[in-house]
Amino acid sequence: METEQAQMPRDENGDPILEIRDLTKRFGATLALNNVSLTLGRNEVLALLGDNGAGKSTLIKCLSGVHEPDEGQIFVDGDEVHITSPMQARSLGVETVYQDLALFDNLDVVGNFYAGREPTTPGWLGNWGWVKDKDMIREADELMSRLEINLPGADVETGLMSGGQRQAVASARAMAFGRKIVILDEPTSALGARESRNVLRLIQDAPGHGVSVIVISHNLEHIMQVADRAVVLRQGNVVGEAEPNQENHERLVSMIVGGADEPEVDEPSEAPDEDSTNDG
Amino acid sequence: MSAFIDRITGSQVGGATERSIRLSLSFIRLGPVIILLLLVLAMTLLSPVFLTGANISNVVVQTSVLAVLAIGQLFVILVAGIDLSVGSVLGLSTVTGAIVYTATSGAGGLLALLVILLTGVVFGFINGFLYVKGKMPHPFIPTLASLYAARGLALVISDGRPIPGMSPIVVFLGSGYIGPIPMPVVVVAVLAALAIIVTRRLKWGRWVYAVGGDKEAARRTGIPVDRVLISVFVISGLMAGFAGVLTAGRTDAGFPTAGELSELTAIAAVIIGGASFFGGRGTVINVIVGALIIGVIQNGLNLLNVNVYYQLVATGVIVVVAVELDVLRRRLEQRFRTLQAREA
Repeated sequence: METEQAQMPRDENGDPILEIRDLTKRFGATLALNNVSLTLGRNEVLALLGDNGAGKSTLIKCLSGVHEPDEGQIFVDGDEVHITSPMQARSLGVETVYQDLALFDNLDVVGNFYAGREPTTPGWLGNWGWVKDKDMIREADELMSRLEINLPGADVETGLMSGGQRQAVASARAMAFGRKIVILDEPTSALGARESRNVLRLIQDAPGHGVSVIVISHNLEHIMQVADRAVVLRQGNVVGEAEPNQENHERLVSMIVGGADEPEVDEPSEAPDEDSTNDG
Repeated sequence: MSAFIDRITGSQVGGATERSIRLSLSFIRLGPVIILLLLVLAMTLLSPVFLTGANISNVVVQTSVLAVLAIGQLFVILVAGIDLSVGSVLGLSTVTGAIVYTATSGAGGLLALLVILLTGVVFGFINGFLYVKGKMPHPFIPTLASLYAARGLALVISDGRPIPGMSPIVVFLGSGYIGPIPMPVVVVAVLAALAIIVTRRLKWGRWVYAVGGDKEAARRTGIPVDRVLISVFVISGLMAGFAGVLTAGRTDAGFPTAGELSELTAIAAVIIGGASFFGGRGTVINVIVGALIIGVIQNGLNLLNVNVYYQLVATGVIVVVAVELDVLRRRLEQRFRTLQAREA
């Protein structure tokens, strides 16, 4: 009884789904990450902001098993983990969508969803078993309607799709198989305004499907639409965090560009350039 | 194919431009079949002999060695590779088979067959291993090396002369009949059916297409890319062995010069069959169709008493047409993407 009661709040919103403590990563003499600590709450959409070279990419690569941190600890679901390979990250429920999307243009949506993990029968034949096409198509259709992503069809090759549709396929694949944490690297940077909107809605809805999201973006407008919280990195350090909304807009910008040690300092002259290009 | 046509007529299609692009794309997919039908039609009109049972059987048997080589070549081209060694490996396999049969005559019927196939498998593995583990820049290099080495070995161990005599099993496979059906046709049909199962229904086959689509993406999704790459060369080598069985069985001998230049005809058949040299696209059925196109051209022009050398010219022209169709496909897909983005 007691243990069950103790676990209930933990599953709801007790332990963060991901916690990073004092992560440090060096490349030779360069300090890419300096004692970075942050948490990702359960069903939270966390934005990672920062200028080029701030350490965002290094951080997500440490989480997705591309880099191994030199120091520090990573906890997934309250358990300490050592992520040494992309495969291991995936098995821990951490799925990353990079900007190149890693889609197979010659395969249809179903093929892309299941590439490398096609269900087969009978099991003892392993990789020489028969692919369960009907199951795959049914599950892919279910997934597409559950995530409400609008694609030409599950049997259309991703090579025939637009940038936004391709991003949706890659993100949906991550959310379906990530289960816990999905990391999105600049999901809207290559997209037009309308296409961005579809992808942003997908991110917004992720917590409703039990998926926590870390999203990297240069577009503060988009971050303000989807993220619950924004953490700002600069030169490998966490320099602050804030709820991304219009009130905090200038504060976030000044943290990103690092005009002063005091994050609250207003730098209005910098702000308008940041998002003036966005008409979404 | 029917799924694709359904999609063309489906309601999710947007403008007329999109519809016409989809139509053109499906036409390109049907391209090889259409070319073959047009050729058959033309030959039937030009020669009264062409569409007779005896001649069709002739065409199919003559195409069988090419078809088997092309099935193997397809697997390699699906991963954006190329296997230049299959003609030489075919020649070597007939020689090793003949030598083993002569040395163990009487008891060695089955053994000769196995040695022919094993010769192909060994060279296929060497090709794949050198490419993947030897970090060679392109499959062109190890298979070019094998092209020379296998041919040289065949000439060395046979002293440059044909070795007469071949195991009865091999002779049966290469020139026997089941009822009215020539055995080479049965062999091609069985191998094609297996290849269709592997490419369409097995996980391993799906991985071949995935690796051909994007090696890096395949690696990230956990597909054992290196093993897939080596395996396609082993399959290609095994098919060269089967082509050796058909050749040795038909000639009742081991020929060190058998299969010269047939690697290039096999590559042509795969390309004419619409497989993409960029990798990731191509089907067994279309590759068989591609082999039949070459076979029909050769047979038809023979019937019409056209100079043999024009066959080579005709094959060259069709290769260009096939590859340009693939280029056109890529451009149409690009157009389609742009339209989709505008609509979204």
